[in-house]
Amino acid sequence: LGGSCANLLLSHSQITRLYSRFTSLDKGENGTLSREDFQRIPELAINPLGDRIINAFFPEGEDQVNFRGFMRTLAHFRPIEDNEKSKNPTASEPLNSRTNKLLFAFRLYDLDRDDKISRDELLQVLRMMVGVNISDEQLGSIADRTIQEADTNGDNSISFNEFIKASFVLTLHTLL
Amino acid sequence: MFLLCLGISITVWFTLLFVFIIMPAVLGVSFGIRSFYMRTLLKIFEWATLRMELGAKEKNQELYKPYTNGIIAKEPPSSLQQEIQELRGSANSLRSEPEFEMADIFYFCRRGVESIVDDEVTKRFSAQELKSWNLLTRSNYNFRHISLRLTVLWGLGILIRYGVLLPLRVTLAVTGICLLLRGGVTVVLYVFRLRSYLSEKVHLMCYRICVRALTAIITYHNRENKPKNGGICVANHTTPIDVIILANDGCYSLVGQVHGGLMGMVQRAMVKSSSHIWFERSEVKDRHLVAKRLGDHVADKTKQPILVFPEGTCINNTSVMMFKKGSFEIGCTVYPVAIKYDPRFGDAFWNSSKFGMVSYLLRMMSSWAIVCSVWYLPPMNREVKEGEDAVQFANRVKAAIAAQGGLVDLIWDGGLKRAKVKDVFKEEQQKLYSKVLVGDSEDQMEDKRSEDGTPEGDESSKDPAEGQ
Repeated sequence: LGGSCANLLLSHSQITRLYSRFTSLDKGENGTLSREDFQRIPELAINPLGDRIINAFFPEGEDQVNFRGFMRTLAHFRPIEDNEKSKNPTASEPLNSRTNKLLFAFRLYDLDRDDKISRDELLQVLRMMVGVNISDEQLGSIADRTIQEADTNGDNSISFNEFIKASFVLTLHTLL
Repeated sequence: MFLLCLGISITVWFTLLFVFIIMPAVLGVSFGIRSFYMRTLLKIFEWATLRMELGAKEKNQELYKPYTNGIIAKEPPSSLQQEIQELRGSANSLRSEPEFEMADIFYFCRRGVESIVDDEVTKRFSAQELKSWNLLTRSNYNFRHISLRLTVLWGLGILIRYGVLLPLRVTLAVTGICLLLRGGVTVVLYVFRLRSYLSEKVHLMCYRICVRALTAIITYHNRENKPKNGGICVANHTTPIDVIILANDGCYSLVGQVHGGLMGMVQRAMVKSSSHIWFERSEVKDRHLVAKRLGDHVADKTKQPILVFPEGTCINNTSVMMFKKGSFEIGCTVYPVAIKYDPRFGDAFWNSSKFGMVSYLLRMMSSWAIVCSVWYLPPMNREVKEGEDAVQFANRVKAAIAAQGGLVDLIWDGGLKRAKVKDVFKEEQQKLYSKVLVGDSEDQMEDKRSEDGTPEGDESSKDPAEGQ
């Protein structure tokens, strides 16, 4: 466990803390978490995007996540510290860099992993966030307008680069 | 020869027991043995913690689990509107059309991940983690073998707790329960007029013995606010022992379901000496019936105050969860009581999914002691004139109890221990977000009204005609 943690850049105490959180969520005590274990957290269950966020923890097609996977996904959100940048410039980008955070969010939209957010995928996420409070036509027009503004190469969908540009405001703030 | 020794030691044992524990319980006086015991224990714990800190420094390890060293830089909670506004930055506030930003997703993303790392609710259903060790392995989450002296002390502790304290306490508990059962019968034999006076005395005596059986060291504050007849006493719930702790200082009528077995016997015996409200399982669902019986009891001024735990389940004494509104609808005076346990001497929380009643009692009786503080708060009434409904009244009482006991005031339902959260809360979140997207047509009309705390009233520069 120690070796693969090196590029997660989590400190020993953070790992201990996460492990005790992992075990407290693991009601079945079998060393892995299922989707039901996540659903038991009330604040997550009422989050409109809760299901998508939970999905992000599970590798393709699997129903259980072990502690390593749990840590990897959470490591995306560790606060960026300035002294890390100068430590090892030749190493691959740390998991929690801004680009990787944006990629995490991009993947929440892009369910079929084709590296594009289609109008349908955008509509799906919008529908999850607003529930029944907005009509189909209005939601459709919001989606159309968003794609119009963000799409620069005219393929009627949003690629990762276009997504980064559309969220450019965020890359200026130290988010998450 | 051996039998003689055994005989003598048993006699000595029982004499000591009688003189030092049972007689004071019966008479209601105290030798101060327990507070002396508590002070000694504290000194030992402090010494032990010091040793462990020194030991940890030598080995260069971290002793305490870092609580504040979070994974996510968590910001203080603000409303959904405010956070999304911040997310979008000031550049977009000039647009007057319904706005959606792809980056809005970050708000939900961050909230979701924060709650995965640490949430306010699930940790209330398991025992609180201590910062220092109290020589009980059951609360030893992160302390390893540090020094020989400490291990010896811990071993000694086990010997004392299981060898001396536990048998002592079990004896007392059995005595107390027997008296409780017998007491009911005895009182019936006396003259009717003296019945309530005598039953009170017997009742208090039994509870005092039970308190000593647990080595519970209780400090009562503000006793002038003690609940009076014709009212309802409301308290936060951590363990079934709460009843013993409160009943030690006054007589209450209890409310609950009828059980079978030993509990059922105790319930029936208690009813003989004073009036309690026991419901059949089928009657519990009928809220109307429950309210009527409670109301009738309260209306009769000769009957004792009712003791109710509105949370409905045991919470781990770090927070107060949603109060069920049933007891607040009756319309009588409510006497709030805050109970706070000191976790250093033994964790009183009953984790009913992990431990049954018997193993819980065994753990309680083999801890060092149960130390708690009870605060009687001034009585509260529902402000019908100001249009306060039962739910608001319940929240007001809950806030008062949380403030006094130093507990976190949560709006979450204690029933979440076992049940899933209702969908209506998710729908509320969705509604709030929709308002950010398309604006609220009522906002413009309410612009003239002074702000009453609703966040959506302020930043609507949206044109009402285009709002729909």
